[in-house]
Amino acid sequence: MNYSIAFKTILKKEILRFTRIWPQTLLPPAVTTALYFLIFGKLIGDRVGEVHGESYMDFIVPGIILMSVISHSYSNVVASFYSTKFQRHIEELLVAPVPDSVILAGYVCGGIARGVLVGCVVAAISTLFTHIPVKHWEIALAIFILTATLFSLAGFINAVFADSFDDISIIPNFVLTPLSYLGGVFYSVNMLPGIWRQIAQINPILYMINAFRFGLIGVSDVEIGLAFAMTLGFIVLLAIISLILLHRGTGVKN
Amino acid sequence: MNALSIKQLKKTYNNGFEALKGVDLEVKNGDFFALLGPNGAGKSTLIGIISSLVTKSSGKVTICGHDLDKNTAQAKNCIGLVPQEVNFNQFETVKNVVFYQAGFYGIPKQQALQRTEHCLRQMDLWEKRNSISRRLSGGMKRRLMIARAMVHAPRLLILDEPTAGVDIEIRRTMWQMMQEVNRQGTTIILTTHYLEEAESLCRNIAIIDDGRIIRASAMDTLLSSIHTEHFLLDLARPLTSVPLVDGYQIEQVSSRTLHVAVPKNQGLNQLFAGLSAQGVTVSSLKNKSNRLEQLFIDLVQ
Repeated sequence: MNYSIAFKTILKKEILRFTRIWPQTLLPPAVTTALYFLIFGKLIGDRVGEVHGESYMDFIVPGIILMSVISHSYSNVVASFYSTKFQRHIEELLVAPVPDSVILAGYVCGGIARGVLVGCVVAAISTLFTHIPVKHWEIALAIFILTATLFSLAGFINAVFADSFDDISIIPNFVLTPLSYLGGVFYSVNMLPGIWRQIAQINPILYMINAFRFGLIGVSDVEIGLAFAMTLGFIVLLAIISLILLHRGTGVKN
Repeated sequence: MNALSIKQLKKTYNNGFEALKGVDLEVKNGDFFALLGPNGAGKSTLIGIISSLVTKSSGKVTICGHDLDKNTAQAKNCIGLVPQEVNFNQFETVKNVVFYQAGFYGIPKQQALQRTEHCLRQMDLWEKRNSISRRLSGGMKRRLMIARAMVHAPRLLILDEPTAGVDIEIRRTMWQMMQEVNRQGTTIILTTHYLEEAESLCRNIAIIDDGRIIRASAMDTLLSSIHTEHFLLDLARPLTSVPLVDGYQIEQVSSRTLHVAVPKNQGLNQLFAGLSAQGVTVSSLKNKSNRLEQLFIDLVQ
């Protein structure tokens, strides 16, 4: 049995899905982030001054890119897999001899593809406002892909448990967006007073954003090794949970 | 070798409902097999377990010699499922619905394209290949699901009420298509509420009720167990009184229609002779209900 063909089929379907509806999936992040760069980076940022010795615009670019990767990799998988459940064409996969790991890999790689593509679009928009030096490209690339992987897996688990379209918007709106904003996209955690700095340290997104910032402009509030260990640890944990859910047929089988 | 062998299959849902209470069933290779039962009898659960959409509680399912638990991939490769409700991506083109399914079965691209064309032509849908699937008519959607189920050339095709809600002309076209698929060697299991369909297409039959198989035999054997057949007679002239013929139970339905219960060992000749002697002229007759329907009602009541 050639499982690579099944994997490529799922991935192709996923990529065609989000590219076919590009005005909903690729255009909005370009417009939104252009406004971020213009308002926060240019108009307000010029009055903020430097953070970690970098201009405010340069400081916020990595966080905004990674925030887009997080939200789009997550929303791609959660929307696509839930819609597959909702329309019941998940049954096409369940009746076929496709292993659970291949189903998971197909959907997660679809999420990574969208996260990476949106990240590249946002990075391209940022070049209209500033020059990104890319100090450690291998670190930036690795955390970029790992973050997309982690949030694709999280989106998959959300979709497995979702019973309605409301269920797929709760986590992005009430968990991911606040954690991203509070994850040091627009500020350094060193700017936070006492207890708030301690609280910020338990936000995993803070580590990913800082690792990516280190990769691009060479500054970070956190230990890079810890950021990678945490991200990889969460990926392994969520992948195991996803496979257990698929094996049990949670949300997809009676 | 059997196309399907089921031993002591049980399913209890999380809410405690016992849908299957120990089903044993065998379907021979090349058979056209009817699985009948009233709503809620356990047909869909049974089909769901065979096609890996429902998790069984206990029991054993073997498909074309492959144990569904131990040789899952091989067993799944042997099955094609046409479900009761539309379950393809309605935003996809007709061709892609079938082509992607071939991909899930690991069929290489060129072969998958050939199989897609073959199956769509067989189901008379090739002209619609570039249409968005949600724009197809009800009958075409059902044929698309058959084409999709056939793309990996399964040895066992399960059709769960494939003709529900389609008009009689399309239904008859679909019967021909199913018979052709069966003639080419594919074993077919058919569930349907149109018992005429099961009677005319299927060679063997199982009736399931309350989670158990209550009858499994050849269709002919089952039909031969009918002791009384019911006929409606249309009369040439209106009746003044109900005629009496020894050995037959006759009721008047309207002034020109009689209902007659005919014992199987009596035949119809004596009935016509008796009616003729009383000046009753029969212009036509028909079965009051489909024979299998009568038997089905007797069995499940």
